[in-house]
Amino acid sequence: MATEEHALTASEYVVHHLTHLNNTGHAQENIVDWSVINIDSMFYSITLGLLTIFLLWRAAHKATSGVPGRFQGAVEVMVEMVADQAKGIVHSAESRKFVAPLALTVFVWIFLMNAVDLVPVDLLPRIWEGVYAAGGGDPAHAYMRVVATADLSAALGMSVGVLLLCIYYNIKIKGFSGWVHELFTAPFGSHPLLYPVNFAMQMIEFTAKTISHGMRLFGNMYAGELVFVLIALLGSTATVFGFVGHVFAGTLWAIFHILIITLQAFIFMMLTLVYVGQAHESH
Amino acid sequence: MNLNATLIAQLVVFFILAWFTMKFVWPPIVKALDDRAKKIADGLAAADKAKADLTLAEKKVVEELRKARESAGDVRTSAEKQASHLIDDARAEAGRIIAAAREAAEAEAGAAAQRAKETLRDQVAHLAVAGAEKILRREINAQVHSELLANLKQELQ
Repeated sequence: MATEEHALTASEYVVHHLTHLNNTGHAQENIVDWSVINIDSMFYSITLGLLTIFLLWRAAHKATSGVPGRFQGAVEVMVEMVADQAKGIVHSAESRKFVAPLALTVFVWIFLMNAVDLVPVDLLPRIWEGVYAAGGGDPAHAYMRVVATADLSAALGMSVGVLLLCIYYNIKIKGFSGWVHELFTAPFGSHPLLYPVNFAMQMIEFTAKTISHGMRLFGNMYAGELVFVLIALLGSTATVFGFVGHVFAGTLWAIFHILIITLQAFIFMMLTLVYVGQAHESH
Repeated sequence: MNLNATLIAQLVVFFILAWFTMKFVWPPIVKALDDRAKKIADGLAAADKAKADLTLAEKKVVEELRKARESAGDVRTSAEKQASHLIDDARAEAGRIIAAAREAAEAEAGAAAQRAKETLRDQVAHLAVAGAEKILRREINAQVHSELLANLKQELQ
């Protein structure tokens, strides 16, 4: 980006950083457009997803009941942690067979996707610009966002997945009619006048759960990414103050962000368990 | 901050990853953990059993030692008794032997003294006769007086 830097204003730099690489080649114009797909988000989430299951599979493949190695021990600690949480929240051993592994995958996967945020903000986009330019493209249009969880579509995709799971378990545990009955009679009680109110409340509850679940992750990671971009902008002033500020603020924010990425991965996992657990309980 | 098909794709990836973990990751790890827990439980149980066995063995050892000590005492007592018997027997035997030897010696000494006495008596008679012969030479006839000397010898006895 060094050759381009002088041509970019600060706002152009930020906008460039926050534009997805998608199948259209330019920034998405409508708020919702189902014909567009973000190639960068898909690339990073699938790559890290494969890395996640590869690491877990390796640990599982070598797992013995004997003395565990460090890697196996680390994976076992996570498995134990997730299994304990799942046992406390989802009171159905049958459901746990799927929900607990799902929670583990989600935790590791989201952690890795979040952790890409700690890679210097310009490193991966700069490499992509080089590749794009070498392929004959205009580097100014070489968009690349590396944090898949800072993509609203990706974060909501996962929370919608959890919503579908909740609906599935609601129907599986209570039966379709039982669930519909619950939709109209809970939380206020069984009275014809209350049916619409109850149903509205239930819809609001499901919507709020799903939106907040995805938005919480997205918001944290988007804000974190933006702060890293702004800190990089501070460094780009090429003054002593800018340099010292960049090093100081960048270090501080990165250290703080280690907490955020782990915490957000943990929160997403816990809420997945909590929501699925609620789907098992009758109001 | 837009919504697009990424949402659908991410949703699909989400379930594929979860399915993979459920199928290939979770069961072996949980199995290993459960097996290890069982192993440890078994090990602890075995350790407890070994401890109990040890206590039992120690008790047995103490008991055996006590028995051994007792029987050793018995053996010693009986050995002492036997030894004292032997000593008594030996002492009695020795006494008998000594008494017999003394008796024999006394008898022999008595016989020797008798013999010496008789010899002495003979010699005294001979000496008396010889002395008398020398003194009386002619007057005394040995044949005449031999009867007298025999009487004398009789009296000396």
